[in-house]
Amino acid sequence: MQVPASFEFERAESVGHALELLERYGPEARLVAGGHSLIPMMKLRLAQPDALIDINGLAELSHLAVAGDTLVIGALVRHAALLADPDVGRYFPIFHEAERVIADPVVRNRGTVGGSLCQADPSEDLSAAFAAVRADAVIAGPGGSRTVSIRDFHVGPYETVVEPGEILTELRVPIRPGAGSAYVKVERRVGDWPVAAAGAYLRLGPGGVIAEAGLGLTAVGAEHFTAPEAEAYLIGKEPGEAVLREAGRIAAESCEPQADQRGPVDYKRHLAGELTFRALSRAAARADGSQS
Amino acid sequence: MSTPMGFGRMHRKEDARFIRGRGGYVDDVQLPGMLYGAVLRSPHAHAWIRSVDTAAAEAHPKVRAVITGATLAGLNLDWMPTLSADTQAVLATDKVRFQGQEVAFVVAEDRYSARDALELIDVDYEPLDPVIDARTALDEGAPVIRDDQEGRTDNRIFDWEAGDRAAADAVFARAEVTVSQDMLYPRVHPAPLETCGAVADFDKVTGKLTVWCPTQAPHAHRTLYAMVAGLPEHKIRVISPDIGGGFGGKVGIYPGYVCAIVGSIVTGRPVKWMEDRSENLMSTAFARDYHMRGEVAATRDGRIQAIRVKVLADHGAFNGTAQPSKFPAGFFHVFTGSYDIQAAHCEVTGVYTNKAPGGVAYACSFRITEAVYLVERMIDVLAAELGADPAELRMKNLLRPEQFPYTTPTGWEYDSGDYQKTLQLAMDMAGYDALRREQAEKRARGEPMGIGISFFTEAVGAGPRKHMDILGLGMADGAELRVHPTGKAVLRVSCQTQGQGHETTFAQIVAAELGISPDDVEVVHGDTDQTPFGLGTYGSRSTPVSGAATAMVARKVRERARQVASAMLEASPQDLEWSVGESGGAWTVAGTGASRTIQEIALAAHSNLELPDGVEGHLDATCVYNPPNLTYPFGAYICVVDVDPGTGQVKVRRFVAVDDCGNRINPMIVEGQVHGGLADGVGMALMQLMAFDEEGNHLGASFMDYLLPTALECPSWELGETVTPSPHHPIGAKGVGESATVGSPAAVVNAVIDALAPYGVRHADMPLTPAAVWRAIQGDPIRTDLAIT
Ligand SMILES: Cc1cc2nc3c(=O)[nH]c(=O)nc-3n(C[C@H](O)[C@H](O)[C@H](O)COP(=O)(O)OP(=O)(O)OC[C@H]3O[C@@H](n4cnc5c(N)ncnc54)[C@H](O)[C@@H]3O)c2cc1C
Repeated sequence: MQVPASFEFERAESVGHALELLERYGPEARLVAGGHSLIPMMKLRLAQPDALIDINGLAELSHLAVAGDTLVIGALVRHAALLADPDVGRYFPIFHEAERVIADPVVRNRGTVGGSLCQADPSEDLSAAFAAVRADAVIAGPGGSRTVSIRDFHVGPYETVVEPGEILTELRVPIRPGAGSAYVKVERRVGDWPVAAAGAYLRLGPGGVIAEAGLGLTAVGAEHFTAPEAEAYLIGKEPGEAVLREAGRIAAESCEPQADQRGPVDYKRHLAGELTFRALSRAAARADGSQS
Repeated sequence: MSTPMGFGRMHRKEDARFIRGRGGYVDDVQLPGMLYGAVLRSPHAHAWIRSVDTAAAEAHPKVRAVITGATLAGLNLDWMPTLSADTQAVLATDKVRFQGQEVAFVVAEDRYSARDALELIDVDYEPLDPVIDARTALDEGAPVIRDDQEGRTDNRIFDWEAGDRAAADAVFARAEVTVSQDMLYPRVHPAPLETCGAVADFDKVTGKLTVWCPTQAPHAHRTLYAMVAGLPEHKIRVISPDIGGGFGGKVGIYPGYVCAIVGSIVTGRPVKWMEDRSENLMSTAFARDYHMRGEVAATRDGRIQAIRVKVLADHGAFNGTAQPSKFPAGFFHVFTGSYDIQAAHCEVTGVYTNKAPGGVAYACSFRITEAVYLVERMIDVLAAELGADPAELRMKNLLRPEQFPYTTPTGWEYDSGDYQKTLQLAMDMAGYDALRREQAEKRARGEPMGIGISFFTEAVGAGPRKHMDILGLGMADGAELRVHPTGKAVLRVSCQTQGQGHETTFAQIVAAELGISPDDVEVVHGDTDQTPFGLGTYGSRSTPVSGAATAMVARKVRERARQVASAMLEASPQDLEWSVGESGGAWTVAGTGASRTIQEIALAAHSNLELPDGVEGHLDATCVYNPPNLTYPFGAYICVVDVDPGTGQVKVRRFVAVDDCGNRINPMIVEGQVHGGLADGVGMALMQLMAFDEEGNHLGASFMDYLLPTALECPSWELGETVTPSPHHPIGAKGVGESATVGSPAAVVNAVIDALAPYGVRHADMPLTPAAVWRAIQGDPIRTDLAIT
């Protein structure tokens, strides 16, 4: 049996209380949400926090709703809840397609959206999905709340702009008519982390040309989980096969994948292109209404 | 489901407790005053140990003992024999030789403190260059791993050969067609759900040592503890409770068991030690790791004439493979498979590397997995060379029914078989011709689809004791059968179930022989104080050996019953006839209606009935079964896959498995064994792997990296059966526990390679992960046993 080192445990009653506890215990304290990233690391003693501050009781972080033209996702929304929500599926198939291939039902029942983003694993699926749809992250701290673009949220592997005394509270995703999105992942086995994955978000303007393009890439060393050159290339073009393939090629070139047991560099780079192309193709079909 | 009086489908007796979560495993054992042990393991693959400082750990308020190699050296227990008569360090004294090797053992009041204290032990290592790539182990100047052995200058463990080299070479020299293929059967791990562990309780007053341990061979463990530690054997009791999967990984004795025992002796209190998942994957018995070159000689019209094989076998840092002593490569020399091949030769070289010891483990029937994979891949390589259909090529070369019993060029005597019938059934079930048509259509559209066949012959039930022993212990097994006065029976056997359902099938064997309900038979196993001696459960040997012992002991009981019945019926024993009718088994006076049921006879045996001289007042009997030969189950498997060439992903669409394991005692249990083995096969073919980087870091040391297949990777298995009874087995049964694991990987790999044929691919090594498949398509295959760079 793997056993963690000893730690203090506190249950937060509110976001304010959680912030207080973070302040009291200092930088060696950790929030615990679903615990599906943190607890395994503690069991392997790769993480040995002095204290865990449990935020699982905080209903104020569990909201999931469409507010005007924004989809608002509380940081404590479980993977399973995001996957089950029909509005999410209607406006952002990318989230349902990503959630369907994240881990397994046991992990999805507990793991949270906020925990996933804050873990900032370079192979995280939701980081790519949120990057593709250009979400905003809302972060609460002792001095109040601030909003950060998701594309500025990750500063490196396992590192985000959330400071030790802060809490990610929600994600805000703009809903725009005429958009389509998709997520495609290659894994070695169901429930495995991605070998590579790509998310795409396309909005078509007058004449069927691309008015807005969002790409998300994970596990392939894409800076901020996205590929801006490929996005820029797509603007103003009709989403034909040649164009989407070229976007895939540009995206693949901008990646810096690393070899590991999931695959060598050339394969991962190839996947970055291939999966970008496949995600874009499906997003385009959804944007023009030819596929649901 | 009704209970048959003998063979047939019935729910497992074990299900009642397992389904309710009421099984009892080693980790469920709680004893008063019990302490907990934890093992400190080496982070290095190869390093000198300069010093081990345990002062801080010993000062931990909850630590009761810290045991090091030096402590054990004082007891002469720092090294122990392996199952292959090599030695293995219990706790390292001189060097560490693989990452994860045991260095020290802490005993504390609770698990957490034991684990905390590991971090307080300071070991000064001086790293050495490791030998990781087996193909370099024999290079000039390679670091010598086993410098503990006097006079050793290299890493060679053994050179071994079988067959007739000259005869094989002669056929090759004049062959119309020859093919050659290198292939790796990578290092994998049985990864049982329950990891290994032990509770040791040494009673200083009685001198009795009780060890609870999930062992597949409790009696062998007891005898080895007695021989190695010098403890008197009658004072040792090994209890193997419910086991959460063994697959071969729970045959040997691990250093942790010895440490738990020493911990209990030193502290005078019971000590529990359970390894965690990473420890299990890093340090307990691996399987395979065979680097093979196969060559086949054939005529142009596809008649196979000879096969040659060269193997480089990676045995890790200590030669700890579990197999009959005579055979350092296990039963690998059964590699002519199911085919009529006149000449064969193999040579196997075993080498040390800086990896965990073990070998054989994982449902492989002593390396028949490797042999079947080799020959079945070679058949497909030959088919590709000849442009022949792999099914037709097999049909043409399979042994014919009239050739049995058949002696292979390497000396095996196959007992019975009807191979063409089994392959034909599998092809009919799969709709082989229609599949080939579909494949052609898909190929034309650029959609790779593959059909893979594997035909295997197993050799299980080791074994005849004059040929087969482990560390001098003959591979026979015992059974004792008691019949209580009311006709209920208790069977005691030396084998040990790990999920195979022995409590059910063995009760069914007794039931069939005595004409009573299986519900009236209790099967006792896994406790050396309660069961007769025998070598245990592995290599699919339980039904071939213990199952035979069970049938034989029941027949002895029946004969005793005849004597008692003759007194009851006042008839001569020779005039009695045995029959099993609606109401069960009975002895009847021939030609009359005078009859006594087995229950009536049991009661009479213990009653005031006057018995003739020499007839004792009970029906109980014992038996030790020494098998005259192995049994040879076989089967034909067909796998259908689709491959996405853009990503390298493989989808197993269908899997047809026709098994012939002779008479089936409980078909449902047979099918369960086959289902599990097929899933294992898909896992090995597509995802399971323990690779190592150049420093010897284990790259598959958790379930994040060591991938086991799930239901979603498994198609709905399509099972079929043919029945060719074993002529020498008392109930005509053959083992089946490992058939599917042995037979299925080749079917999956053959299917994938078949799908990739349009890209000019003839072979790629397991596991065929998306990356490996994609790189094979690019013509740049991955070396799967090393870190991907
Ligand atoms: C078997 C398995 C398979 C998996 N497969 C995948 C996969 O395929 N793809 C994938 O993307 N992920 C995968 N995961 C990861 C899983 O999705 C994440 O573990 C999980 O969702 C993280 O969320 P959590 O709520 O469990 O985070 P926790 O483990 O509770 O926390 C993770 C980190 O985030 C911090 N944190 C949590 N909430 C907040 C907050 N509101 N504000 C600030 N910091 C916070 C914690 O302090 C901690 O450092 C897998 C996990 C497992 C166990």
